[in-house]
Amino acid sequence: MRIKSTLENYFFILPAVIIFAIFYIIPFLWVFQLSMFDWDGILPTKTFIWFQNFKEIVIQDPSWWQAMRNAGYITLIALTFQNAVAFLLALACDREIKMKNFYRAIFFIPPVLSEIVVGMAWRFIISDVDGANIINRMLVSVGLPQLVHNWLSDPKTALTTVALVHSWKGFGWGFLIFLAGLQTIPKELYEAARVDGASAWDYFKKIIIPLMVPVIVVVAILTILGTMQAFALILGLVGGEFAGHTSVPVLRILAVMRDSSRFGYACAQGISFGAILVAISFIQYRLSKRYREA
Amino acid sequence: MKSSIYYQTKKVAINFLVHLFLLSMVLLCLYPLLWMVASSFKTQATIFSDISLIPRQFHFENYYLAVSKSDFGRYFLNSVFYTISVVFGIVVISSMAAYAFSRLKFPGRNIIFTVFIAAMMIPIPGSFVALFILLNKLHLRNTPLGYILCMISVGLSMSIFLLKTFFDKMPRELEDAARIDGCSKLGIWRHVALPFAKPALAVVIVFNALNVWNEYVLALIIFDSKNLMPLQRALMMFRGEFLTNYPLLMAGLTITALPIIIVYLFMQKYIVKGVASQTVFG
Repeated sequence: MRIKSTLENYFFILPAVIIFAIFYIIPFLWVFQLSMFDWDGILPTKTFIWFQNFKEIVIQDPSWWQAMRNAGYITLIALTFQNAVAFLLALACDREIKMKNFYRAIFFIPPVLSEIVVGMAWRFIISDVDGANIINRMLVSVGLPQLVHNWLSDPKTALTTVALVHSWKGFGWGFLIFLAGLQTIPKELYEAARVDGASAWDYFKKIIIPLMVPVIVVVAILTILGTMQAFALILGLVGGEFAGHTSVPVLRILAVMRDSSRFGYACAQGISFGAILVAISFIQYRLSKRYREA
Repeated sequence: MKSSIYYQTKKVAINFLVHLFLLSMVLLCLYPLLWMVASSFKTQATIFSDISLIPRQFHFENYYLAVSKSDFGRYFLNSVFYTISVVFGIVVISSMAAYAFSRLKFPGRNIIFTVFIAAMMIPIPGSFVALFILLNKLHLRNTPLGYILCMISVGLSMSIFLLKTFFDKMPRELEDAARIDGCSKLGIWRHVALPFAKPALAVVIVFNALNVWNEYVLALIIFDSKNLMPLQRALMMFRGEFLTNYPLLMAGLTITALPIIIVYLFMQKYIVKGVASQTVFG
């Protein structure tokens, strides 16, 4: 009777365990094994080459490191510019203000759209084919024709354009989490600070920021993890790696796998990239813990 | 002492500036989308001369062309089919598992649950490479079933976590009453637990639906046949084919984006909750 009951209980988790094991855990573990092989993904023979793939990534693959630098640059802009805008907007909404719900509803529209849609819609606004470029037209009409520029086809500005469109898509998400965090700060604190004669700046520096540190850390970690792995936006906006100028790690892995058929090497890239991401979020978590304890 | 009029004026001025800031961001959010919709009603000839947001003439033929000549109706139905299948699968499978993790006893319960949660927190951006080979071996690549099963596995962890925390709050008396009435475990899951978890199920449904509708990378490595592709994948193909036929492209984009925006506007509350629960893992 006991055994039958336990088996019955296993039945409840069985579908979840089977699907998760086959389509999530096995590929996850398999990546580690494949990363030590030289394999084109088709031939039955794989060549075991120990850590050669990883060695190649570190010392012989400048295109990989360029992709890492590019992703780092986009992430830096997302961390600073995008999150600063998100925080300011959240501060602006965290008060007795009309239309708060309206603002919140609108700001979260870009985050629910797909990266492909956002990339392609913005391409139409800032590309230079056929004189489409609305931004350039606006610059001309406000009397700044010297600033007219081919934003996407100039290697110098393409990556920054990608980063800004990415920020456009992402700020509403940070805004939402920051606002939720701000609303947990008791309003009595504000009253008390005012009675004590604290200025708005003091209140911001001594009360809001320290209380918001945990939320800021979570947003920062998720921004890093999300932005480093973003790539579909670039496909929609630019169309591809643009000779490396807009390449990012996931686009590299896809190219190595699909164009060069080097499956083992693509897995090794995936692992080293994943390890870096885990390390970053771990360091950030530790730092914030120390800050909170201090 | 400064007069109260001074403070009143200051307050009005600050409010004005705050609204100005917020409204300019609203404009920045909406302009590209309104521009996208407006352009989908223009022609290749007028799209660059008529830059107003309300076209002088509405050309619906772009939508007609997108659906009839470029098969967008087909891609749309594919996306709808994948989204409904995956969400249905996730709801059934994850709610059963979450109920067991919360209420039923069996050896290894905590370990298995931890594996589900931990796997989600370790990013391996290259696992789609192995998934590609695995699906080939199982003859599931380039099949709807392969895509649906993969997408279910992607959504499971979060949904199980969300539902388990909800079931943990369910009063024991509810179950006990059903058990006395002779309900089986499956019956309790179906008639007591599921109705109780409606708010959490709504979050799971809406959040996963958005996820599947917007998914790209698995659709890229799984599908070769055009007639199986979902919208996101079709858009990128479309982009290559009609790179300069902007009105047609914008019609395709609008077809893809509008359902999401409408669902979002009606289901806002649940999406906001989903985002909040996402941050728990940070």
